[in-house]
Amino acid sequence: MYEGAVQNLIDELGRLPGVGPKSAQRIAFHLLAAETADVKRLANALVEVKERVRFCSVCGNVAEESECRICRDPRRDTAVICVVEESKDVVAIERTREFRGRYHVLGGAISPIEGVGPDDLRIKELMTRLADGQITELILATDPNLEGEATATYLARLVKPMGLKVTRLASGLPVGGDLEYADEVTLGRAFEGRRSLEF
Amino acid sequence: MSLYRDEGVVLRTQKLGEADRIVTLLTRRTGLVRAVGKGVRRTKSRFGARLEPFTHVDLQLYTGRTLDVITQAETLRAYGESIVTDYPRYTAATAMLETAEKIVVVEKDPALRQFLLLIGALRTLGEDTHDPRLVLDAYLLRSLAVAGYAPALEECAKCGSRGEHRAFAVHAGGSVCSVCRPHGCAHPAPQTLRLMVALLGGDWPEADSSADRHRAECSGLVAAYLQWHLENGIRSLRLVERS
Ligand SMILES: [Zn+2]
Ligand SMILES: [Zn+2]
Repeated sequence: MYEGAVQNLIDELGRLPGVGPKSAQRIAFHLLAAETADVKRLANALVEVKERVRFCSVCGNVAEESECRICRDPRRDTAVICVVEESKDVVAIERTREFRGRYHVLGGAISPIEGVGPDDLRIKELMTRLADGQITELILATDPNLEGEATATYLARLVKPMGLKVTRLASGLPVGGDLEYADEVTLGRAFEGRRSLEF
Repeated sequence: MSLYRDEGVVLRTQKLGEADRIVTLLTRRTGLVRAVGKGVRRTKSRFGARLEPFTHVDLQLYTGRTLDVITQAETLRAYGESIVTDYPRYTAATAMLETAEKIVVVEKDPALRQFLLLIGALRTLGEDTHDPRLVLDAYLLRSLAVAGYAPALEECAKCGSRGEHRAFAVHAGGSVCSVCRPHGCAHPAPQTLRLMVALLGGDWPEADSSADRHRAECSGLVAAYLQWHLENGIRSLRLVERS
């Protein structure tokens, strides 16, 4: 245990995802040794992100206004929605330049073991968007791992009565991975070759 | 560093750092094992889907200081594919994995019967021949029995007098006779108790012919009984869907 401020910082850093006690200690001492100006810039970036960034009222993506850049763009196809788990997946898909529709960010995947059920995700909001009948295709681009697949299964069953076209990214995306790690070419191909889900 | 080989079912994975995962497995010879799968989350990972939950894998590991490290994994049977395409099946299977981990509890203490019970249940679930919730309840009852917590169903949990008793007390250990009956008992239908007996004994023709309301009552009793015996409870049980 260190005294006051140092231990405080280690504790706070240790609460971040993927940061264990050892890494927290390493980052804390790195910050202690860094220039004051550099540390202030980091602190400001942290405060600013909380003050300026919110979530798009339409799709749930990160946004600096009430709607995100993509939802505000009149050139985007309003008839197609691509469902992803996180905002970082939007970034990964945008990089492929294959998709011209809009997104819906669920905020995670169904994971009963972590206590995350359908009600904990932005599924009700998705159903509201689908209710006006403007949407013709729903692309399920949840992660190609078990929880992503289960979430896609759940959504496909839920929207089935609405009679719209439901597709899933083609295989070719390695099962077991995170969408964010897929390279542009692979992800682009998975988009082109997306298959209809029949339930 | 010592290498060992075993086979096991992946129960759970948790993200570790940038691209690794901590993989919890129930193995045939070693029991519960927590091990690191390096680089699993990268899409070009050599492990691919082999370290996903529900996969039965043949593994090579080396003993680490805190966690073991997986060096090789070959799929023996991927139960996930048949389970994940059906939501009620998926939620039932997830509750099984969570129960397996919480009922075995101690790491590296061989639990062969629990292992065999789990792969049997996953196989049955994938074959889609019975209601997923029945398969789950059968698994939960037998897993409790293997752990030494079988509920009394055909005798009184307190005095042992034989017969079909009308009261069921979770904290007393199952059915109780009218003399021993404590306050706050459940009074399940006789058919519900018979269903529990059938599930515990593997009598599928009897279990499959049960009525929905008795299945629902059975699930409720099994869940309450399980939560009473496992200190931390089974989180995923709340999300199990009836088909
Ligand atoms: Zn938006
Ligand atoms: Zn008695």
